[in-house]
Order: sequence, then C-alpha cells, then structure tokens
Amino acid sequence: MPAAAQSTAGSSTRSGEDWEPKIVAFLCNWCSYAGADLAGVSRMQYGPNIRIIRVPCSGRINPLFIVKALQNGADGVLISGCHPGDCHYISGNLIARRKFALVKRFLFFLGVEPERVQFSWVSASEGGRFAGLVNKVISDVKRVGPSGKLAKRLMKV
Amino acid sequence: MTETVDRIKTLARELLTGGKVDVFIGYQDASVPLASRPLLIPAKKTAEGDADIIDRLTWNSFCSNNLAVFLPKYFENAPFRKSKDPVKKTNVGIVAKACDLRSIVALSKERHAPVENVITIGVPCMGKYDRRKIETAMKAAGFDFSDIDRYEEQNEEAADGQVAIHLKSGKSLVFSREKMLQDACAECRFPMPEGTTHLLEGKARNPGDGGYGRIEDFEKLPLEERWAYFSGEMEKCIRCNACRQACPTCYCKECFAEMTDLKWIGVSTDLSDAMIFHIIRIFHQSGRCIECDACYRACPMGVDLRMFTRKMVKDTETLFKYLPVFSREETPPMSTFREGDTEEFITEP
Repeated sequence: MPAAAQSTAGSSTRSGEDWEPKIVAFLCNWCSYAGADLAGVSRMQYGPNIRIIRVPCSGRINPLFIVKALQNGADGVLISGCHPGDCHYISGNLIARRKFALVKRFLFFLGVEPERVQFSWVSASEGGRFAGLVNKVISDVKRVGPSGKLAKRLMKV
Repeated sequence: MTETVDRIKTLARELLTGGKVDVFIGYQDASVPLASRPLLIPAKKTAEGDADIIDRLTWNSFCSNNLAVFLPKYFENAPFRKSKDPVKKTNVGIVAKACDLRSIVALSKERHAPVENVITIGVPCMGKYDRRKIETAMKAAGFDFSDIDRYEEQNEEAADGQVAIHLKSGKSLVFSREKMLQDACAECRFPMPEGTTHLLEGKARNPGDGGYGRIEDFEKLPLEERWAYFSGEMEKCIRCNACRQACPTCYCKECFAEMTDLKWIGVSTDLSDAMIFHIIRIFHQSGRCIECDACYRACPMGVDLRMFTRKMVKDTETLFKYLPVFSREETPPMSTFREGDTEEFITEP
C-alpha cells in the first residue's frame, strides 16, 4: 500500500483539534482522475487530506484495497469512477457498482461507520463536483473522528 | 433411513462396477459418536475386489458435511499440460442433499464441476443435527460425548420427532429433534433436491419461510454494539482457515490470504488481520453461499459465521434478486449487472 496511508498512525496528530484525516482516494484513470486534474487546473480549492491512487477503472478496485487502506491507517476511503454508461471499458463500473453496494452494506452491518468508505461517480468534466465531493468526504470523516476499528495496532518498542 | 442407505449402496455399486464413475463420494460413520465423515471410493479399489468398502457407506441425521467441497480438485487443469493433450475428465458420483446440490450447481456455473461429469444422487433431507447443541444439552445434564453408547431416532419424519441418546451407564437422554437441528437446517428453504441424476425416495422437511429474522434484528442494533459483537467473534478466530477449507465454493487455487508478493493478510495475531480475512472471504461468497454452515461446523472455535455469511446472502438476494438454487441458467450475480442496479450508496457532493 502507498506510504501515505501508513505513515503517522499512532502519532500525536491522531487526536486533538488539529487532527487532520488521511483519506485514500481510488480514482479511475479516465473520468475521476481527469476530473481531479480539471479541479486543479481550474484552481478550485479543496482539502489537502486526500491521497490519490490512480487505477485503470473502478472495476479494478478489489474490496481488499478498501479494507487494507483502513487497516494501514487511512481514516477514510473514497472511490470514484465514471458515471454508469460512460465507462472506458464499457461495463467496468457497472460490475464495480455491484461489488461496492455489497461492501458498503457489509461494512456498515459489521459496525464500520458509513462515512469511512464512500463511493461516487465523477466525470472528466466535473472538476467542481470533484472538489465538492472531496470537501464533503473530509468533513464527514472529520465528524466521525480518527479511524481505529480496522486499523492494525503496531507494537510500541 | 436403512432403506435409503441400501439404495445409496446399490447405486454406488452399480456406478462403480459399471464403470460409470471413477470415484464415488458419500458418507461413512465417524470414529466418534454422533458424527459422520466423508467416504471417497475410487473405482480402482472396487475393481481390485475390495467391494466391502461400499458397505461402509451410510446415511443418517449426522451426515451434515457438504460433500461438494471435494469436487473442484477433480476438474482442475493438470499443471504443465500441453494444450494438444487430450483432457481426461474424472467422472464423479456424489451423494447430494439439497444443500450439497446447490453448491454443485454453483460450482458447475463457474466451470468447476461440469454437469456431464458429475452424477448426483439426490437424497431428500429431514435436517441434520448440530453436534454442538447436543453437546451443550448433554453437558447441562452432566454428561459428555464419552458417555454415549448409541443413539436412536424416534418418529424422525414427524414434527415432534425425538432423538434418544443411550448412555453406557444404561441411562437415556431424550431431546426434541427440532431443537437439536442445525440452524442451517431449521431455516432451510430448499430441503428437496431438484434436477439430480438419481433422486431417492423419501420425505423432506417442510421448507422454511426464508425470513432473515436474526439478521434483521442485528441490523437494528446500534453501530457500536454491532462492532462489539463482530470484534468479539473475531477474537475467537485462531486463523486456522478451516472455514475456507470446508467451504465448497472457496475453491481458489491461491487464496488471497496466502499471497506473499502482495501480503494482504499479515502473520501477526492482530485482530484486524482476522477481520479482513473474514470480511473478504465472506464477500467472495456472495452469490455462491448457500448457507450450508460448512464454515460454522468446521470452525474449532465456534465463531458465529452464520450471522455474517447470511447477511451476504440477504444482500445478494434483496439487491440483485439472486439466490443460488438448482437452476443452472442464471448467471452468478457478481459476473453480470443490470442497468437499474442500486445506486443508494452513492455519495452526492
């Protein structure tokens, strides 16, 4: 997993008012990543809390990635792909939609806050939507606080 | 019951000596009381004159193992096989309760048990006992399994059937049949196998209503209580992977839990590793899990896996209108999609 997700789990920034969440964002190469790019090129402001991982398609995302990100200390996971019908690979996001629906429900069933794992569709022309989405996810995750439920606790030496 | 056993033996003998199958899979009595274990009879063995092995076949209310778990390995591609070499497929004869049969169908849909190579012998099922429930009830009465001499079923095809356990001391304990059944059997929606090669005569229990009562009650609990229950169950897990080995539809040659290049599951005793293993394993069973409770039976620690596997079945049924039953036509839910699939989980900024 990316170093960003692993770094400061357990350090003093995990609590208190100056706590900033770390959010892993899996973005599809063709729509959402380009949407994030557009948000940047258009000088839109959004929180610096997300760490983007570019994937070829939202269909590439294995639910393991999601739980593994939470285990490695991410406070939230954002997953975004092309709108249904716009997939570069025709049906990748439609297959992914079924997986995500199950994963979201299952994690909620087990007692993981629904704010931690969020899914959305962002197209390449929706820079504004992307910036808004990121801000919403950040404020959601800030509301539920630091993640700890699936996080791996490393032994202190 | 004895008639059923005789018919299974006759069919097994017919299939094995007639050269129709290369291996026959059924049940035999276990070496411990109130249990059965699988019996795999290779045709080679009967051809050599060891016909007695067929007489070891049995059928009783403790034949709860899901035998479909043995199928995939017979149809794996041999390593280093050249593409022009002819593929010799093994023919398998298998005793199948309705739940085993549903697993076989799920496997055949994913090409792990070709229909033409599997001869199924369907047996109507009256439900199987939960050894743990009997053990608890016996402990409450001050006895344990080592005191058992034999057991006897009374009125097993009626709703008020009982099981009498005769102890070595001469005493007998009588339990209500319904109360001692496995949850999977008490809630079973499809006790009668359909579409088997041979179907034995017999009575099956009345199908359950298919309600998800216990799951729905759990869903109503507050988030933290649900998490406390999940963590509590996961704390019991010793990660022996018995649930995976016992599950007929956990057939991956390389499980994500054993990958080393991307080490998904750590080797530490950390709780999160056990959690992730179970979350993902159960997720992989969506559209495959037939609620046979093979995982629960195999678990040496008694982890309540049924709560979580059943949630996956419930969601697959409610969201995608898919239940793995006897029909071989429907595509498994995770390899297809519909335009109007649910979007309720999408975050709108």
